[in-house]
Amino acid sequence: MIEIRIHGRGGQGNVVAAYLLATAAIDEGWHAQAFPAFGAERRGAPVTAFVRLARFPFRRRNQILHPDFLIIQDPALLHVPGVLDGLKEGGAVLMDGTKPPAGVEAVALPATRLAQEYLGRPVPNTALAAAFFTLTGLLPLTALAGALKARFRGPVLEANLRLIEAAAAAVEAGRWRERIHATAP
Amino acid sequence: MRQPLEGSQAIARAVVAARAQVVAAYPITPQTHIVEHIARMVADGAASCELVSVESEFSAASVVLGAAMAGSRAYTATASQGLLLMGEVLYNIAGLRVPLVMTVANRALSAPLSIWNDQQDSMAMRDAGWVQLYCSDNQEAVDTTIQAFRIAETLEVPVMVCVDGFTLTHTLEAIELPEQEVVDRFLPPYRFARALDPLHPKTFGTLVGPEYYAEMRELHHRALLAALEVIPRVDEEWAAATGRASGGLLRMEGDSEARTGVLTLGSIFGTLADAREVYADCRPLRLVHLRCFRPFPAAALRAAAAGLERLVVLERAISPGAGGIVTAEVRAALAELDRPPQVHGFAVGLGGRDVPLDLLPRLLASLPPRPGPFRIFDLDVQKLPEGGS
Amino acid sequence: MTNETVSLDNLRANQPRFSGLTSGHRACLGCGQALAARLVLEAAGPDVMIANATGCLEIFTTPWPESAWRVPWLHSLFENTGAVAAGMEAALKAQGKSTRVLAFGGDGGTFDIGFQALSGMLERGHEVLYVCFDNEAYMNTGIQRSSSTPHAAATTTSPAGRARMGKRHLKKDILSIIAAHHIPYAATASVAYPADVRKKVRRALALPGPSFLLVHSPCPLGWGHEGALSIEVARLAVETGLFPLVELERGSVVGVLPLREPKPVTEYLKLQGRFAHLFADDPRAREELAHLQALADANIERYGLRATAGGLDTESADTVRRGGGQWA
Repeated sequence: MIEIRIHGRGGQGNVVAAYLLATAAIDEGWHAQAFPAFGAERRGAPVTAFVRLARFPFRRRNQILHPDFLIIQDPALLHVPGVLDGLKEGGAVLMDGTKPPAGVEAVALPATRLAQEYLGRPVPNTALAAAFFTLTGLLPLTALAGALKARFRGPVLEANLRLIEAAAAAVEAGRWRERIHATAP
Repeated sequence: MRQPLEGSQAIARAVVAARAQVVAAYPITPQTHIVEHIARMVADGAASCELVSVESEFSAASVVLGAAMAGSRAYTATASQGLLLMGEVLYNIAGLRVPLVMTVANRALSAPLSIWNDQQDSMAMRDAGWVQLYCSDNQEAVDTTIQAFRIAETLEVPVMVCVDGFTLTHTLEAIELPEQEVVDRFLPPYRFARALDPLHPKTFGTLVGPEYYAEMRELHHRALLAALEVIPRVDEEWAAATGRASGGLLRMEGDSEARTGVLTLGSIFGTLADAREVYADCRPLRLVHLRCFRPFPAAALRAAAAGLERLVVLERAISPGAGGIVTAEVRAALAELDRPPQVHGFAVGLGGRDVPLDLLPRLLASLPPRPGPFRIFDLDVQKLPEGGS
Repeated sequence: MTNETVSLDNLRANQPRFSGLTSGHRACLGCGQALAARLVLEAAGPDVMIANATGCLEIFTTPWPESAWRVPWLHSLFENTGAVAAGMEAALKAQGKSTRVLAFGGDGGTFDIGFQALSGMLERGHEVLYVCFDNEAYMNTGIQRSSSTPHAAATTTSPAGRARMGKRHLKKDILSIIAAHHIPYAATASVAYPADVRKKVRRALALPGPSFLLVHSPCPLGWGHEGALSIEVARLAVETGLFPLVELERGSVVGVLPLREPKPVTEYLKLQGRFAHLFADDPRAREELAHLQALADANIERYGLRATAGGLDTESADTVRRGGGQWA
């Protein structure tokens, strides 16, 4: 089982990111679950979302305390206590930005900048989702494209489809493949 | 075909597939996504129900009452404060013996104010005379919603489908939506024999004196007891049509040789089931999901508890000053066994506190030789002020 | 937790302008309600107690264990604010105290679920200032329509789609309903005119008996615009005539904020995502735009909003009065 925790702020779409990851996995025949840690609707407030992916059926619904992967949609959140808590030994961090802060080992992708360029809006979620799939080799990018097609339409969809290609190209494919095998999905 | 769907979205599709003609609702977290999805379907011409966005939950319940009485299949959804606000109407609907289905997106009650999941709300309405069914996952939420219309219309008793707020409503997972033809074969068109009709005018809701009140309440009580037979039968029929059973009155899993059992209602069942597989210390164990809380399935529970020495009840509510609600009813039902198991009762996950995977092993390891007083298992005593009040 | 008692005299003296709602709350960028509540408290002063309905204001000001309120404040439920405030007022009257009672609610809590309690409070003449922060939908639960949502606006329960053009029903004319209670003072206000808000609060508190203030408060998230545009959007609502600023005493109009040249409603609507569907190339969209213009024109006509006043340019002059008492 692979457990992913996604940290972001209201308005950055990290809940949608979680739903997209799970949707893509389910479309590829995996068992998956995605849900937010909930709070009042508010732009800018920290939001956490969880994703579980597995090849076997599972039924637990507790919050993820020991993620295999962390996706950080807002680099400023790295300074919030608790954001990196519980990351498993050998776990990996994907963050929005150009450079991880000192003492943090992470793959950085300028997802917000890419989103601004391709979508005209600073919503880093789809770019980070594409990078996650590319880094882990977990699922083909077409699975993410399929999930996007189910959720978006028209020019927004087209722009997102181009964005995910760009994001995928910006990270090292399969860099985290070994970590996936280590977590025994 | 398995589709990735948010729980709320799946429930909305089930309601539309059931051909509800009138939907009334007032927004309350975490029910909102259900009604929004229905509104979206209506706006896109994919659903043809009348969606009445009312000015309060009290009116939501009143609108669906009027609609059902006037001959339409009707539906509403609420949670927490909204359920309490419609409280008077819920008793009225049940006493009038009107078939209705309502989703309760279980949420804790104010005060203190909370938007997070526990089952204090539906427990507070357990005596309103509605059937209460609890879902342990979103597939059950979909299937139970459709079954609920059938149960309600068969017995002329309203049905509350309880779905843990956020934990189920806002979780995306793979769900099989039944085909429209399957639903149509399963749910005949709404036919309420006592509907308001100018061709056959009848009078409802009158004052009833002491001469007849008890007899009317007896009939209501009997209708709910009759549900003990109807609910499993409807589930079997649904399973035959779709290949999916929803848990009947209750569902048992685990090890037949177990002497310890854990019973719960709702979504934490899944976490307990996985914990049993992950932690060797948690086996052998019998797990019971109590799907039906009203009517209370005493006989089925006695059969499920056969051979157990201990049964732990994990509930998501508390009756301040008394303790467990489900626990008390379970204990009373099992007391009729020749060798009733010890019943240990705990509240857990109140106000949305997360129930971690390792709760089960910690719980089982900490069980005393004899049941102690009902308590909140995951209480953090450090957070209590000194003196404890 | 410590208890610090500060006398009311010291409280006022220790700050240049009374700040009953202080900073550190969790409102979104550009929240109209946060500004409106602050303005109301600046004018009302510290000798007040507040009954607050469930909603955004209540939630973002009180993330336990913190509170942004520096006056006594109670949140009970969604539907009972008018009644809770009435109870506070009755108690203070019985005790002979001078503390004033303010009731705060959003449009959902006022026009809809809390309407009964509000009406009862007004009818019985409780000396309470009820302030409704009108952001035209149930925002805290995720942008669902209320009876205050304007006609044709998109919300999550009145979305625009193939079969629908947003909310089908008109914005409830709450002011006429309030007027029918014949209370001493009722008024509409807007966060785009902050001095006017404060003046109306002082006016309301100076008159005996119940009073009602409807403050138009943009919600950037719900209305679909940048937080930085909140004031501009609010001002356009007034300048188009869609949200007229009026004052009523005992049910009769005694003052309005006049408009020299009312702006076309499209200037206001085009800034907001909730009206984006009205700018599609669709005859139904054009029909709704015409409808909204007609509503604005009807308001201008009905309340006499055109600034003519014998050749004097009275645009936004808030000292122009027609009838009513002699006060600034």
